[in-house]
Amino acid sequence: MTWLLVLSLAAAAYLFKVTGLVIVGGRSLPPVVERCLALVPAALISALIVKDTVSVGDELVLDARLPGVLAAVVAARLRAPLIVVIILGASVTAAARAAGLD
Amino acid sequence: MPTPPDDRQVIAASVTLGAAVGVFAIAFGVGSVSAGASVAQTCVMSLLVFTGASQFLAVSVVSSGGSALSAFGGAVLLAARNAVYGLTMSRHLGGALPTRLVAAQITIDESTAMATAQPTPHQRRRAFWITGASVYVFWNIGTLIGALAGSAVDPEVFGLDAAFPAGFVAMVMPHLETPRGRAAALTGALLCLVTVPVLPVGLPILVASAGVLFGVRRP
Repeated sequence: MTWLLVLSLAAAAYLFKVTGLVIVGGRSLPPVVERCLALVPAALISALIVKDTVSVGDELVLDARLPGVLAAVVAARLRAPLIVVIILGASVTAAARAAGLD
Repeated sequence: MPTPPDDRQVIAASVTLGAAVGVFAIAFGVGSVSAGASVAQTCVMSLLVFTGASQFLAVSVVSSGGSALSAFGGAVLLAARNAVYGLTMSRHLGGALPTRLVAAQITIDESTAMATAQPTPHQRRRAFWITGASVYVFWNIGTLIGALAGSAVDPEVFGLDAAFPAGFVAMVMPHLETPRGRAAALTGALLCLVTVPVLPVGLPILVASAGVLFGVRRP
């Protein structure tokens, strides 16, 4: 690990984060762009859920995370508070692991 | 100033997510130091890079003998989605340039997801700052502890690796109320699923952005 790597990573990471916030700023965008941006959380958060639940690196892996996340889906559909959904998801996964599932 | 009731849910959830982040940060600190980074390098990385997945990837590439360039390339691919989050948050975050420069550093998965799940512009801004600050504090304290202590509990024993997708499930729900929201979500999830095995780590999430194209058609 070198300082060059640490600092160039820091610069690149910040550049990504700052681009949209500062360049677009508070300006209003064409309606079609606004409509697409409004769908970013739906598309990306769903993708993150898939990645965090059934993959490790570039492999698809089914393990104890899946029952935890399925329990979270049920709780979220029943409109449980966010904190309950998070703790339930982690607990079910922990229990499944303790029971011998990967 | 008394805390408005809406904030309490956000704060409780942010601290819970923050605590989970903290345990991963300890693991990161341990891994980074054992991959040959100094305590200072490890802490500066968490303070300045502040994108957990990228940091883990960089450390694992370096510790497995990979070149700095491949560590950099992989980490950058993983960090690129924050640019999309920045575009999205620019619609919700007000503020002058200095505020935005600070907001940029905490524009990550958790803060964007928590913010966009809120019903009003005011709550979106509050949720963004509360969640971003909580994750930032826990991530950096955890990193320091891990880098100094050199041994960590395994986050997987407590199912903490499932805490993030579980939280995201609840945060995505409000986005599924419209047909186009559901179409975008389903498309994003499927694109990620089919591209994970074939594309470099980081790219599947970017490919999943294609789900936003359901916004092209007028409602």
